[in-house]
Amino acid sequence: MTDLPRRQLILFGLAATAGVSGLGVAARIAQKYGLIPPDHGGIYGLGETLTYASQRLLTRHSLAREFSRSQISKRPLANEIPPLNEAFQRLQAGGFADWRLSLNGMVDRPASFSLAQLKSYPSRSQITQLQCEEGWSYIAEWIGVPLSYVLDVVGIHPQARYVVYFSIDPEWWESIDMADALHPQTFLAYGMNGGELPVGNGGPLRMRLPRQLGYKSVKFITHLTVTDNLKGFGKGLGSASPEGGYAWYAGI
Amino acid sequence: MATLGSAQVPMGASLPSSASAVPARTAPSRHSALVRVTHWITTLCFLALLVTGAEILISHPRFYWGEAGNVLTTPLFKLPIPSSRALVPTGYGYVLPDQNGWSRYLHFQAAWVVVSTGLLYAISGFFTGHFRKNLLPRKADLSWLTFSSSIAKHLRFEQPSEAEAWSYNLLQQLSYLFVIFVLFPLIIWTGLAMSPAFVSAFPATVTVLGGQQSARTIHFLVSLALLLFLLIHVVMVCVAGFRSRMEAMITGRAGKRRERT
Repeated sequence: MTDLPRRQLILFGLAATAGVSGLGVAARIAQKYGLIPPDHGGIYGLGETLTYASQRLLTRHSLAREFSRSQISKRPLANEIPPLNEAFQRLQAGGFADWRLSLNGMVDRPASFSLAQLKSYPSRSQITQLQCEEGWSYIAEWIGVPLSYVLDVVGIHPQARYVVYFSIDPEWWESIDMADALHPQTFLAYGMNGGELPVGNGGPLRMRLPRQLGYKSVKFITHLTVTDNLKGFGKGLGSASPEGGYAWYAGI
Repeated sequence: MATLGSAQVPMGASLPSSASAVPARTAPSRHSALVRVTHWITTLCFLALLVTGAEILISHPRFYWGEAGNVLTTPLFKLPIPSSRALVPTGYGYVLPDQNGWSRYLHFQAAWVVVSTGLLYAISGFFTGHFRKNLLPRKADLSWLTFSSSIAKHLRFEQPSEAEAWSYNLLQQLSYLFVIFVLFPLIIWTGLAMSPAFVSAFPATVTVLGGQQSARTIHFLVSLALLLFLLIHVVMVCVAGFRSRMEAMITGRAGKRRERT
């Protein structure tokens, strides 16, 4: 026997050890810098983690493309929505005057806002595209208050890592990391194309997140929670989407 | 990398006097181990991308040009197939089941694997001279005569000669180069150009294509071109000798000399 196989065996062993410990170190670093998505388990965890981690490194501060007024879609598509529940219908009958947005969790001053209060805060607008995971899209002007402004009002704790947001329809809730929550284009939107936000497009209050697919822009928002851990929400996968088989992070 | 290369003679072995006497085990490889491994990983990923891509596509089998497009917009073209969403007017009286969740997860996971594999292949291909030696057409071959005779041979489904089993012909070289350096980069680019987060960091990647819906349409057309390549590739492998070509791409050994005598 020559010493060739033994040498190869040693080299292979060294390479395998280096590879495994390298992966271990990479996982620790990724965890520390918030590069692991909550739905990282399972057979698609590798792809999801690579996508989320690389986009977090590349796009932490980048701005979604904004368009000119002439590019606004002539008719903004109102996607099909499931029949709205009784609570919604009651509020709708009252012209949404009693619509409340409550905010709690890791905040200094838990609060509940009326639409009028939200509208009294500095209003911002953006002309951005809403892109559905199915492939269609439309461009609209979205008017609202940046989520970061409202988070400043209640004062978030330094250890806060995610904002979880809930629709009046209990089936529909999502969460985002602080990079997206504090992003200047992340809005609590109440207006569209110069008017009120139509119910078909998520009115009276919709989360608007132009750097992710439409399903993260949850309609009919009534509640927000700030947290450092998503384990306690639903099945612990981060939001309703992974529970329904869809990715938590939708920047693609 | 040396062990992945071709033609290795074990130390101490005496050199055989003629090629036919070389035992199959030590015969030079038709394809290097790296080419074989990356070929089959790419095959698996491509099939996964094709199936999941089709699943995602049927949730909106309409295509547009420009930035935005939806069922209220006039499409560039639409596919005459049913959809997995009731929102899309297809003319069919039924809606297919939604498969987008796992399809999207798998599509992007397979994309990560195939892009990493492709990068490994491309970098090593430049490094080892694989592209220059095997895929770059020889100057003498770049004539209209060679080109037309190669096409004629293919159209007659002629079995390649013994020598041809050891190299690529002109049509093969041109189509492989086109797939590797035009279609693959284009499908990766148009895929990334559909990502709202990616284009927020690199807006030019989508604006030069004419918009996000244009990127989606090009992505679909390029995937059709790749599917066409796959079909022709498989047919040609069958014509040239399915067993010997499969053996060459799996074990590295080219067909035995006495095959089909």
